[in-house]
Amino acid sequence: MALSALNPSLRRIPVWTLWLAGLAPAVWLFWLALSGSLGVEPIKELEHRYGELALQFFIATLAVTPLRRFVGLNLLKFRQALGLLTFSYVLCHLLVWLLLDVQIPSQIIADILKRPYITVGMAAFVLLIPLAVTSNKASIRKLGSTWRRLHKLSYPAAVLAALHFVLLAKGFQIEPLLYLGGIIVLLLLRLKLPGRIRAPDRIRRRFGAADSAR
Amino acid sequence: GAIGGGLAAAQDAELETNTWEEVTSYCNFYEFGTGKTDPATYAGQMTTRPWEVEIDGLVDRPGTYGFEQILSEMTLEDRIYRFRCVEAWSMVIPWQGFELADLLALAGVQAGATHVAFETLLRPEEMPGTRYPVLEWPYREGLRLDEAMHPLTIMATGIFGKPLPNQNGAPLRLVVPWKYGFKSIKSVVKITLTDQEPPTSWNMANAREYGFYSNVNPEVDHPRWSQASERRIGGGLFARRQPTEMFNGYETEVASLYADMDLAKNF
Repeated sequence: MALSALNPSLRRIPVWTLWLAGLAPAVWLFWLALSGSLGVEPIKELEHRYGELALQFFIATLAVTPLRRFVGLNLLKFRQALGLLTFSYVLCHLLVWLLLDVQIPSQIIADILKRPYITVGMAAFVLLIPLAVTSNKASIRKLGSTWRRLHKLSYPAAVLAALHFVLLAKGFQIEPLLYLGGIIVLLLLRLKLPGRIRAPDRIRRRFGAADSAR
Repeated sequence: GAIGGGLAAAQDAELETNTWEEVTSYCNFYEFGTGKTDPATYAGQMTTRPWEVEIDGLVDRPGTYGFEQILSEMTLEDRIYRFRCVEAWSMVIPWQGFELADLLALAGVQAGATHVAFETLLRPEEMPGTRYPVLEWPYREGLRLDEAMHPLTIMATGIFGKPLPNQNGAPLRLVVPWKYGFKSIKSVVKITLTDQEPPTSWNMANAREYGFYSNVNPEVDHPRWSQASERRIGGGLFARRQPTEMFNGYETEVASLYADMDLAKNF
């Protein structure tokens, strides 16, 4: 594939540049909000922008495997950083909601329990916590095949995150549905591999062919 | 001593108005897009001259009333009102306009009328948001006749002493200060007097979330968020929430309209 020609140059890009580029919008947006350049209601705007960036990084993370499998583009080196950037933006989004938006602790608890879109968003966040905690190399080594199964929690988390966006829209809006659709497609690409014969689990395990989570 | 307490509330000394920039840059006008700044970006292309309002239904003098003709018959006055959006943000806006009751009197309301229905302009070539089925267009709103005749209910033609900017509903919009903002329908082209509760856009889209009355009420939550508090636009990144007032602070003036009603049921 043509895109695989990019792989050698991609390999030479250090991961810290992705971290730098990935976190820059967080700082920049906060500065814009602080200085009044994010409109007259900066709290909601900041909350939405962080949430959208979280979804975008989530989609980028989930795209790594299909990109490698179907077009030969190898971004595996960056996947951990992409995943952690996703988590960072989810955290920023949540902190803006907690500290700047709702502010009132009793209302925060009531919202999490009573409002489905917040319950769903919170569930996505909770699912991502063990993934962020175990994203380091030591955990990968220690957990072995359990790590792969654990990190499949990112699939329900992604669907819940997109659902969170769909459920909060007023009226019929297309943008949240595009995110949900994109995430569902990326997950389906993992299931429906044309021409691939799924061997019984027993055999696959024996021959170590468990690359399904990559 | 002002009519029905309307002006007394309007001149409430504690109300500090928002700025022109805040009022004109942060709007919901889904005909131009669902983003808060979409109306300010795209509403400029809406043609507002000439403008006509069709008044029909149970009226003595049905017909098409030109905007200039309406203005020549009405007395404009200033009203500073709180404005509370169903999304739990609020502003204080200095409107210019006239009482809806005066406009209805111009058309002559017949005895059988119980409700008033309103419609917003629908001109897809000038309104990019209407190319998407966010809501069923045209935008529709409605009031009970006693709500429509209440002296606090106005048709606004200006803010800050200037003609209404397009994104705020030029050239003529409804303002009902004790109801959530979406009831205050913008860029009105049609007013119909009827003898039944008219269908209204947000209620049609989601009846569980948006009732026909939609009176500001801190005790009745929107299913997806609390209505107990609100954030005044303009406080910046660290603005505190403030408690929402019953009927948006106009309880003295309007509570009697709903004396025998269960407001949790008729939300």
